[in-house]
Amino acid sequence: MDFPLLLFYVFGTVLIASSLLVITVRNPVHAALFLVLAFVNASGLWLLAYAEFLAITLVLVYVGAVMVLFLFVVMMLDVNLDRIREGFWRNLPLAGAVGALMVIEMAALFWRAAGSAPAPGAPAPGFSNSRALGSVMYTDYVFPFELAAVVLLVAIVAAIALTLRHRKETKYQDAATQLSARPRDRLKIVNLPSETQVPVQAPQEAAK
Amino acid sequence: MIPLNHYLFLSAVLFAVSVIGIFMNRKNLIVLLMAIELMLLAVNMNFVAFSRDLHDINGQVFVFFILTVAAAESAIGLAILVALFRNLRSIHVDDLDTLKG
Repeated sequence: MDFPLLLFYVFGTVLIASSLLVITVRNPVHAALFLVLAFVNASGLWLLAYAEFLAITLVLVYVGAVMVLFLFVVMMLDVNLDRIREGFWRNLPLAGAVGALMVIEMAALFWRAAGSAPAPGAPAPGFSNSRALGSVMYTDYVFPFELAAVVLLVAIVAAIALTLRHRKETKYQDAATQLSARPRDRLKIVNLPSETQVPVQAPQEAAK
Repeated sequence: MIPLNHYLFLSAVLFAVSVIGIFMNRKNLIVLLMAIELMLLAVNMNFVAFSRDLHDINGQVFVFFILTVAAAESAIGLAILVALFRNLRSIHVDDLDTLKG
Protein backbone atom coordinates (compact mmCIF):
# COMPACT_ATOMS: atom_id res chain seq x y z
CA MET A 1 0.00 0.00 0.00
CA ASP A 2 1.58 3.25 -1.03
CA PHE A 3 1.40 6.49 0.87
CA PRO A 4 -1.39 8.28 -1.10
CA LEU A 5 -3.65 5.26 -0.66
CA LEU A 6 -2.96 5.29 3.08
CA LEU A 7 -3.77 9.01 3.19
CA PHE A 8 -6.96 8.31 1.25
CA TYR A 9 -8.10 5.77 3.83
CA VAL A 10 -7.28 8.09 6.73
CA PHE A 11 -9.12 11.06 5.18
CA GLY A 12 -12.02 8.89 4.08
CA THR A 13 -12.45 7.30 7.50
CA VAL A 14 -12.43 10.65 9.25
CA LEU A 15 -14.81 12.06 6.62
CA ILE A 16 -17.38 9.30 7.08
CA ALA A 17 -17.04 9.33 10.87
CA SER A 18 -17.48 13.09 11.10
CA SER A 19 -20.44 13.07 8.71
CA LEU A 20 -22.07 10.37 10.88
CA LEU A 21 -21.49 12.62 13.88
CA VAL A 22 -23.00 15.59 11.99
CA ILE A 23 -26.30 13.78 11.64
CA THR A 24 -26.38 12.20 15.10
CA VAL A 25 -25.00 14.66 17.65
CA ARG A 26 -27.53 16.38 19.84
CA ASN A 27 -26.19 19.92 19.76
CA PRO A 28 -26.42 21.71 16.38
CA VAL A 29 -23.27 23.73 17.19
CA HIS A 30 -21.32 20.50 17.49
CA ALA A 31 -22.91 19.30 14.26
CA ALA A 32 -21.68 22.43 12.47
CA LEU A 33 -18.17 21.93 13.84
CA PHE A 34 -18.15 18.29 12.73
CA LEU A 35 -19.29 19.47 9.31
CA VAL A 36 -16.21 21.72 9.24
CA LEU A 37 -14.08 18.64 9.96
CA ALA A 38 -15.82 16.75 7.17
CA PHE A 39 -15.16 19.55 4.68
CA VAL A 40 -11.49 19.79 5.65
CA ASN A 41 -11.08 16.04 5.10
CA ALA A 42 -12.90 16.24 1.77
CA SER A 43 -10.47 19.00 0.80
CA GLY A 44 -7.61 16.64 1.57
CA LEU A 45 -9.20 13.99 -0.62
CA TRP A 46 -9.53 16.47 -3.48
CA LEU A 47 -5.86 17.34 -3.10
CA LEU A 48 -5.10 13.64 -3.52
CA ALA A 49 -7.13 13.73 -6.74
CA TYR A 50 -4.98 16.61 -8.11
CA ALA A 51 -7.80 19.17 -7.81
CA GLU A 52 -5.69 21.68 -5.91
CA PHE A 53 -7.67 24.82 -6.75
CA LEU A 54 -10.99 23.27 -5.72
CA ALA A 55 -9.51 21.87 -2.51
CA ILE A 56 -8.38 25.35 -1.46
CA THR A 57 -11.71 26.81 -2.60
CA LEU A 58 -13.57 24.28 -0.48
CA VAL A 59 -11.66 25.33 2.61
CA LEU A 60 -11.98 29.05 1.84
CA VAL A 61 -15.64 29.10 0.81
CA TYR A 62 -17.13 26.37 2.96
CA VAL A 63 -15.04 26.35 6.10
CA GLY A 64 -14.37 30.07 5.94
CA ALA A 65 -17.73 31.46 4.90
CA VAL A 66 -20.64 29.02 4.79
CA MET A 67 -19.87 27.22 8.03
CA VAL A 68 -19.30 30.51 9.85
CA LEU A 69 -22.73 31.55 8.58
CA PHE A 70 -24.18 28.27 9.87
CA LEU A 71 -22.54 28.79 13.26
CA PHE A 72 -23.86 32.35 13.47
CA VAL A 73 -27.40 31.24 12.75
CA VAL A 74 -27.24 28.19 15.03
CA MET A 75 -25.98 30.26 17.92
CA MET A 76 -28.57 32.99 17.27
CA LEU A 77 -31.53 30.63 17.33
CA ASP A 78 -32.90 29.36 20.60
CA VAL A 79 -33.68 25.74 19.79
CA ASN A 80 -35.67 23.50 22.06
CA LEU A 81 -33.45 20.42 21.81
CA ASP A 82 -35.72 18.02 23.67
CA ARG A 83 -38.63 18.72 21.40
CA ILE A 84 -36.57 18.59 18.23
CA ARG A 85 -34.97 15.27 19.12
CA GLU A 86 -38.13 13.36 19.88
CA GLY A 87 -38.66 10.40 17.58
CA PHE A 88 -35.04 10.63 16.42
CA TRP A 89 -34.08 6.98 16.79
CA ARG A 90 -37.50 5.78 15.74
CA ASN A 91 -36.66 6.58 12.11
CA LEU A 92 -33.40 4.63 12.23
CA PRO A 93 -34.63 1.26 10.79
CA LEU A 94 -36.17 2.83 7.71
CA ALA A 95 -33.29 5.27 7.25
CA GLY A 96 -30.68 2.56 7.71
CA ALA A 97 -32.44 0.29 5.24
CA VAL A 98 -32.66 3.01 2.60
CA GLY A 99 -29.03 4.04 3.13
CA ALA A 100 -27.70 0.48 3.01
CA LEU A 101 -29.75 -0.23 -0.09
CA MET A 102 -28.34 2.85 -1.82
CA VAL A 103 -24.74 1.95 -0.98
CA ILE A 104 -25.20 -1.68 -2.07
CA GLU A 105 -26.84 -0.68 -5.34
CA MET A 106 -24.23 1.92 -6.21
CA ALA A 107 -21.36 -0.38 -5.24
CA ALA A 108 -22.80 -3.21 -7.31
CA LEU A 109 -23.05 -0.83 -10.23
CA PHE A 110 -19.44 0.29 -10.41
CA TRP A 111 -17.44 -2.24 -8.44
CA ARG A 112 -16.90 -4.71 -11.26
CA ALA A 113 -16.73 -2.14 -14.02
CA ALA A 114 -14.33 0.34 -12.52
CA GLY A 115 -12.38 -2.03 -10.31
CA SER A 116 -10.22 -3.37 -13.09
CA ALA A 117 -9.24 0.00 -14.51
CA PRO A 118 -5.73 1.09 -13.55
CA ALA A 119 -5.48 4.29 -11.58
CA PRO A 120 -4.32 7.29 -13.63
CA GLY A 121 -0.92 8.69 -12.89
CA ALA A 122 -0.03 12.13 -11.69
CA PRO A 123 -0.21 15.04 -14.14
CA ALA A 124 2.96 16.09 -15.88
CA PRO A 125 5.46 18.14 -13.86
CA GLY A 126 4.82 21.84 -14.26
CA PHE A 127 1.12 21.31 -14.84
CA SER A 128 -0.89 24.00 -13.08
CA ASN A 129 -4.39 23.02 -12.05
CA SER A 130 -5.44 26.63 -11.45
CA ARG A 131 -4.13 27.72 -14.84
CA ALA A 132 -5.95 24.91 -16.63
CA LEU A 133 -9.18 25.64 -14.75
CA GLY A 134 -8.93 29.37 -15.42
CA SER A 135 -8.15 28.95 -19.10
CA VAL A 136 -11.31 26.87 -19.52
CA MET A 137 -13.49 28.94 -17.25
CA TYR A 138 -12.77 32.29 -18.87
CA THR A 139 -13.15 31.03 -22.43
CA ASP A 140 -15.61 28.15 -22.84
CA TYR A 141 -17.52 28.74 -19.65
CA VAL A 142 -17.52 32.53 -19.53
CA PHE A 143 -21.30 32.84 -19.84
CA PRO A 144 -22.04 30.29 -17.06
CA PHE A 145 -19.40 32.07 -15.03
CA GLU A 146 -21.29 35.36 -15.37
CA LEU A 147 -24.52 33.54 -14.55
CA ALA A 148 -22.92 32.19 -11.39
CA ALA A 149 -22.06 35.75 -10.41
CA VAL A 150 -25.70 36.75 -10.97
CA VAL A 151 -26.82 33.78 -8.82
CA LEU A 152 -24.61 35.00 -6.01
CA LEU A 153 -25.96 38.54 -6.41
CA VAL A 154 -29.53 37.25 -6.25
CA ALA A 155 -28.62 35.26 -3.14
CA ILE A 156 -27.21 38.39 -1.48
CA VAL A 157 -30.29 40.45 -2.33
CA ALA A 158 -32.69 37.68 -1.24
CA ALA A 159 -30.90 37.02 2.05
CA ILE A 160 -30.86 40.71 2.92
CA ALA A 161 -34.47 41.23 1.85
CA LEU A 162 -35.59 38.26 3.96
CA THR A 163 -33.85 39.28 7.14
CA LEU A 164 -33.96 43.08 6.98
CA ARG A 165 -36.41 44.70 9.34
CA HIS A 166 -37.15 48.36 9.86
CA ARG A 167 -37.17 49.47 13.45
CA LYS A 168 -39.07 52.54 14.48
CA GLU A 169 -36.41 53.85 16.84
CA THR A 170 -33.64 53.65 14.28
CA LYS A 171 -32.71 56.98 12.73
CA TYR A 172 -32.58 56.97 8.96
CA GLN A 173 -31.16 59.58 6.61
CA ASP A 174 -33.53 61.14 4.12
CA ALA A 175 -31.54 61.40 0.93
CA ALA A 176 -33.95 63.87 -0.70
CA THR A 177 -33.67 66.30 2.21
CA GLN A 178 -29.92 65.91 2.18
CA LEU A 179 -29.66 66.66 -1.52
CA SER A 180 -32.00 69.64 -1.46
CA ALA A 181 -30.04 71.40 1.30
CA ARG A 182 -28.39 74.65 0.23
CA PRO A 183 -25.41 76.24 2.00
CA ARG A 184 -27.12 79.65 2.19
CA ASP A 185 -29.97 78.15 4.23
CA ARG A 186 -27.71 76.62 6.82
CA LEU A 187 -24.66 78.86 7.03
CA LYS A 188 -24.68 82.52 8.05
CA ILE A 189 -21.47 84.55 7.84
CA VAL A 190 -21.37 87.42 10.36
CA ASN A 191 -18.95 90.31 10.11
CA LEU A 192 -17.38 90.95 13.52
CA PRO A 193 -14.89 93.72 14.32
CA SER A 194 -11.65 92.24 15.53
CA GLU A 195 -10.39 93.24 19.01
CA THR A 196 -7.24 95.36 19.09
CA GLN A 197 -6.64 95.71 22.85
CA VAL A 198 -7.04 92.99 25.33
CA PRO A 199 -7.61 94.37 28.86
CA VAL A 200 -5.18 92.82 31.28
CA GLN A 201 -6.70 91.72 34.56
CA ALA A 202 -4.61 91.54 37.67
CA PRO A 203 -4.65 88.04 39.10
CA GLN A 204 -6.72 88.29 42.27
CA GLU A 205 -5.72 84.95 43.68
CA ALA A 206 -1.98 85.51 43.46
CA ALA A 207 -2.17 88.79 45.46
CA LYS A 208 -3.61 87.15 48.53
CA MET B 1 -2.28 5.18 -6.56
CA ILE B 2 -5.94 5.48 -5.66
CA PRO B 3 -8.32 3.66 -8.02
CA LEU B 4 -11.48 5.36 -9.21
CA ASN B 5 -13.88 3.02 -7.47
CA HIS B 6 -12.44 3.96 -4.09
CA TYR B 7 -13.61 7.51 -4.66
CA LEU B 8 -16.97 6.36 -5.99
CA PHE B 9 -17.54 4.07 -3.01
CA LEU B 10 -16.58 6.80 -0.56
CA SER B 11 -18.96 9.30 -2.11
CA ALA B 12 -21.73 6.66 -2.23
CA VAL B 13 -21.29 6.08 1.50
CA LEU B 14 -21.23 9.82 2.13
CA PHE B 15 -24.42 10.30 0.12
CA ALA B 16 -26.13 7.44 1.99
CA VAL B 17 -25.07 8.93 5.33
CA SER B 18 -26.63 12.25 4.38
CA VAL B 19 -29.84 10.50 3.21
CA ILE B 20 -29.99 8.75 6.58
CA GLY B 21 -29.45 12.13 8.22
CA ILE B 22 -32.37 13.61 6.32
CA PHE B 23 -34.56 10.69 7.38
CA MET B 24 -33.60 10.90 11.04
CA ASN B 25 -33.52 14.68 11.50
CA ARG B 26 -36.92 15.37 10.03
CA LYS B 27 -37.74 17.73 12.92
CA ASN B 28 -34.49 19.67 12.77
CA LEU B 29 -34.19 22.16 9.92
CA ILE B 30 -30.58 23.12 10.68
CA VAL B 31 -29.27 19.57 10.45
CA LEU B 32 -31.39 19.05 7.34
CA LEU B 33 -29.50 21.91 5.66
CA MET B 34 -26.21 20.42 6.81
CA ALA B 35 -27.18 17.03 5.35
CA ILE B 36 -27.92 18.71 2.02
CA GLU B 37 -24.44 20.24 2.11
CA LEU B 38 -22.98 16.78 2.70
CA MET B 39 -24.96 15.42 -0.27
CA LEU B 40 -23.55 18.12 -2.53
CA LEU B 41 -20.08 17.29 -1.23
CA ALA B 42 -20.57 13.64 -2.22
CA VAL B 43 -21.69 14.67 -5.71
CA ASN B 44 -18.71 17.01 -6.05
CA MET B 45 -16.37 14.23 -5.02
CA ASN B 46 -17.67 12.09 -7.87
CA PHE B 47 -17.06 14.95 -10.30
CA VAL B 48 -13.50 15.44 -9.03
CA ALA B 49 -12.75 11.70 -9.20
CA PHE B 50 -14.01 11.37 -12.77
CA SER B 51 -12.19 14.55 -13.78
CA ARG B 52 -8.96 13.01 -12.51
CA ASP B 53 -9.69 9.67 -14.13
CA LEU B 54 -10.57 11.05 -17.57
CA HIS B 55 -7.94 13.85 -17.51
CA ASP B 56 -10.77 16.28 -18.26
CA ILE B 57 -10.80 19.65 -16.51
CA ASN B 58 -14.47 20.28 -17.31
CA GLY B 59 -15.58 18.19 -14.33
CA GLN B 60 -13.78 20.58 -12.01
CA VAL B 61 -15.51 23.53 -13.66
CA PHE B 62 -18.83 21.87 -12.81
CA VAL B 63 -17.70 21.44 -9.21
CA PHE B 64 -16.94 25.16 -9.14
CA PHE B 65 -20.46 26.03 -10.27
CA ILE B 66 -22.03 23.54 -7.84
CA LEU B 67 -20.07 25.16 -5.03
CA THR B 68 -21.40 28.57 -6.09
CA VAL B 69 -25.01 27.43 -6.19
CA ALA B 70 -24.64 25.54 -2.89
CA ALA B 71 -23.29 28.65 -1.19
CA ALA B 72 -26.23 30.69 -2.51
CA GLU B 73 -28.66 27.99 -1.44
CA SER B 74 -27.36 27.77 2.11
CA ALA B 75 -27.33 31.57 2.45
CA ILE B 76 -30.97 31.82 1.39
CA GLY B 77 -31.95 28.77 3.47
CA LEU B 78 -30.42 30.23 6.59
CA ALA B 79 -32.06 33.59 5.89
CA ILE B 80 -35.44 31.86 5.63
CA LEU B 81 -34.66 30.05 8.88
CA VAL B 82 -33.89 33.33 10.64
CA ALA B 83 -37.05 34.97 9.29
CA LEU B 84 -39.06 31.94 10.39
CA PHE B 85 -37.60 32.03 13.88
CA ARG B 86 -38.39 35.73 14.23
CA ASN B 87 -42.03 35.19 13.35
CA LEU B 88 -42.72 31.89 15.14
CA ARG B 89 -40.08 31.88 17.91
CA SER B 90 -39.48 28.27 16.88
CA ILE B 91 -37.96 26.30 14.03
CA HIS B 92 -39.75 23.09 14.85
CA VAL B 93 -41.12 21.49 11.69
CA ASP B 94 -44.46 20.72 13.33
CA ASP B 95 -45.05 24.44 13.91
CA LEU B 96 -44.75 25.20 10.19
CA ASP B 97 -48.34 24.33 9.40
CA THR B 98 -49.63 27.71 8.30
CA LEU B 99 -50.35 26.50 4.80
CA LYS B 100 -52.19 23.40 6.14
CA GLY B 101 -50.44 21.27 3.59
